[in-house]
Amino acid sequence: MSTAPVGATLPGVAGEPRWRRDLALNLRATVARAYVRVIGSLREPTWVMLDAVFPNVGMCAFVLLYRALGAPREFEAVAVLGGILSTYWLNVLWGMGAQLFWEKQQGQLQLYFVAPCSRMAILTGMAIGGALMTTVRSIVGIALGLWVFHIHVAPVGLAELLGIFALTMIALYTVGMTLASLFLFFGREAWHLCNACTEPVYFLSGMYFPIRALGALGVAAAALIPLGLGVDAMRQALLGPGAHALLPLRLEVAALAAFGLLFFALARVALERLETLSKREGKLTQRSG
Amino acid sequence: MSLTPSTSSASPPSARDAASPAVETRALRRTFRVSARGRKDAPAELEALGAVDLRIERGEIFGLLGPNGAGKTTCIKILTTLLLPTSGEARVAGFDVVRDAAEVRRRISLVTGGESSGYGILTVRECLWMFSQFYGVPNREAWARVDRLIDVVGLRERQHSRINRLSTGERQRMNFARGFVSEPDVLFLDEPTLGMDVNAARELRAFVARWVREGAGACAPRRRTVLLTTHYMAEAEELCDRVAIVDRGRMLACDSPPALRRRVQGGQHVELEVLAPDGASLDPAAIAGVPAAWGAPHPERGTRTLKFRLPDGSPLVEVLRRLEQTGARVDGVSTRETTLEDVFIAIVGRALDDPGARTGERA
Repeated sequence: MSTAPVGATLPGVAGEPRWRRDLALNLRATVARAYVRVIGSLREPTWVMLDAVFPNVGMCAFVLLYRALGAPREFEAVAVLGGILSTYWLNVLWGMGAQLFWEKQQGQLQLYFVAPCSRMAILTGMAIGGALMTTVRSIVGIALGLWVFHIHVAPVGLAELLGIFALTMIALYTVGMTLASLFLFFGREAWHLCNACTEPVYFLSGMYFPIRALGALGVAAAALIPLGLGVDAMRQALLGPGAHALLPLRLEVAALAAFGLLFFALARVALERLETLSKREGKLTQRSG
Repeated sequence: MSLTPSTSSASPPSARDAASPAVETRALRRTFRVSARGRKDAPAELEALGAVDLRIERGEIFGLLGPNGAGKTTCIKILTTLLLPTSGEARVAGFDVVRDAAEVRRRISLVTGGESSGYGILTVRECLWMFSQFYGVPNREAWARVDRLIDVVGLRERQHSRINRLSTGERQRMNFARGFVSEPDVLFLDEPTLGMDVNAARELRAFVARWVREGAGACAPRRRTVLLTTHYMAEAEELCDRVAIVDRGRMLACDSPPALRRRVQGGQHVELEVLAPDGASLDPAAIAGVPAAWGAPHPERGTRTLKFRLPDGSPLVEVLRRLEQTGARVDGVSTRETTLEDVFIAIVGRALDDPGARTGERA
């Protein structure tokens, strides 16, 4: 073992405003945590099969079914878009919701709690990294849609499309940030919760069919799920009238923005409550046997 | 390369920093609720830490020495803001661990022996860099520190290996390096060499001592402090400026290792290797006639070591006679200098590696 000293001097930080220091700290934490996700997707190509190819199998089945039944072509586009967004929902559930529980089992959660950065910065990093990683994977779905099934899209405009996509991602991943604390609280049940939140949410979000087919009650339920609104808004942005829309696009955009804010606030409150509980009980950051 | 202690990543020293000790607790107490399944008489609360007063000056390496369940980790968890005290007060670098937890976190780091930090998909370098970012270390400085620490823990050849491909020992060394990457003012080491091989543990101890020494010339708030918990006596003896002996949540003694040893000087420290009759449960204190304890068993020979301090004027032959009366046989006798372990036995009444140390039973 070398005897190299470790005492080099850092750039001075005295006199720096506190808000600036905190902002820099939290940005660094966010980037570092996002890096893990991004680099992970590049180093484990088997995940591409599990997270990108397999989820699209269901989408392919729906497209082929609509084609066999002679349904209007826009139905195929509806299924393709749903299939692409389903990969994000899986990532939100398993990559965000279950993550803190997994971190606890790894014995890592207490290191997050000891670090000076905000835990929200770490969760935001997970979300950004997860969204980036899933976007790379969703390219498989896009490729299938465009080149295999020859889906025709008529985007409202690139800026609008990107804006709606970003809002959808924010709404989805803030749900994941909230779930992270809740799933940690429920411990081992997190796995069951993830499973329970997959198929029912797909159904209520009209993932593979026009959401209006759910009827009034179903539509009301779908409007309360960010994924449902996100799927519908993306369909409207890409397919126009062929999307068989749930609500006017502007309203859906406003609702997605509201969901993003609401779930970000909820995630913060849930995390603070969790931390307080953890410090009081002394259990949540410890590995369970 | 500078030996000057750095500023922490995000913690300019304040007047409060300068004037305060590194760690200070007053009547610090922590209880846990325990479930009493099927036992109506079982206590509803377990006192893990009972009214502990502690003051650790900046620049010290301070050891908390005690068996499992003594309250060492509870104390560290409170001081690192992971656990709330039930009552009392604790301050780290002048900041209250409950009210000013964020300020405390800027100035501390925690390494727990046997932990498995980091993501298997990352390399050693990336993992250390990631943790440096959680402490706001600027990138260039972070990579420089990572490179230096990789050398310190002897992982240069493995720096680009994924963590999930490291051996357990390598991973532990990486975890150890993680604790230093933020250049904390107060470093908490909770059983840091647990499970490490002897050479690696010795070198890491030497590094800790050097790291604190390098900070000794700094202004008071930047002097590096280490709070170490261990149940390795030799580790505490080699490394610590002062040691507190804790047992069942109480601090029983606190002083420098030489001063603690002086408390039990005089007489002879005797170790007898005893072959007890099958199934016999021998009371070590009754046999020795003084506080005594069983050491670790030697399964290959079927013997155990009986450790005690024989006061001046007390004949050893008397102890041997009492042992003979129990049907036990003495296979070896040795005497030696006073160690911290003798101090521990004299104060606590049993050895640190005594199985009864965990449960309160006497062997």
